[in-house]
Amino acid sequence: MTCKEAFQEISKYLDGELSEELKRALHEHVGRCAHCKVVFDTTVKTIELYCDGKLFPMPENIRNRLHDLLRRKFHERAV
Amino acid sequence: MHYTSMMALEVNRLEKGTDRLTGKSMSAQPQKATERAESELIAEAKAGNGDAFEELVNRYERRIYRLALRLVGNTQDAEDVLQETFLKAFEHLPDFREDSRFYTWIVRIAVNEGLMKLRKRKSDRSEPIEDAVDDQGQVMPREFRDWKPNPEQLLSQEEMERVLLDAAHKLPASLRTVFMLRDVEELSTGETAEALGLTPGAVKARLFRARFQLREELSKVFKSEKSLDL
Ligand SMILES: [Zn+2]
Repeated sequence: MTCKEAFQEISKYLDGELSEELKRALHEHVGRCAHCKVVFDTTVKTIELYCDGKLFPMPENIRNRLHDLLRRKFHERAV
Repeated sequence: MHYTSMMALEVNRLEKGTDRLTGKSMSAQPQKATERAESELIAEAKAGNGDAFEELVNRYERRIYRLALRLVGNTQDAEDVLQETFLKAFEHLPDFREDSRFYTWIVRIAVNEGLMKLRKRKSDRSEPIEDAVDDQGQVMPREFRDWKPNPEQLLSQEEMERVLLDAAHKLPASLRTVFMLRDVEELSTGETAEALGLTPGAVKARLFRARFQLREELSKVFKSEKSLDL
């Protein structure tokens, strides 16, 4: 497997779409190619950072305004 | 990387998916109860019960807010998107068909609202909205330096949020949206395609570009000083 091929397969690997054979070939390539190892590791890390559930909490005042708005809407509808 | 550590990574990612899957509905047993309750809530809300609709809002508002913020990049616009999303969902609830997940349905509304927001402010910002994206185009990695260990510990939460939003906003909205739905919200390729009116192939091609472009952007922030020893 070449670096170019490895790069193409990383995204499919992350989606669980690689055959066992390609998976082994990718593992093997990444195991001996420092460049592709960095690309692989940092791509995984990129996704992990965005998935951190502690980030971007909804402020309580935003929640309150949303529910006030909806209740006004329900009320209009009911009248 | 050794074969075993890569396997561990894969397992880790698979388990994470499972975790988040069950995390949405606690565990296997209550999952069914939750799903049943959701369809009951939807039926009641369709009949005009505001409390039932509010209960649905309670379940998804945090995720919709987060998604909106990641798409539009600031809290003010994210709040507008959040409000518009649930107002529209309430208005159009009679149109909701139970052959798709309720969450997928409101995500689609939120994405449309978010993209509309971005188009509105396109005039006063230089941010790319529509894809200058050729799905066949070649993306190749440029940065090969490894990152400093534990990047999440290098920054405060607010700094990290800023870095992630800034990096995401270097991408056209068409790529950013696919990344947020697939990798962050963990919608399936099919659900993402449905929400965005794309083919599954286009979703995969955009996800591929989005992942690696974000990696390049974050590398600028997190790369270690020393270059790779080859
Ligand atoms: Zn390589």
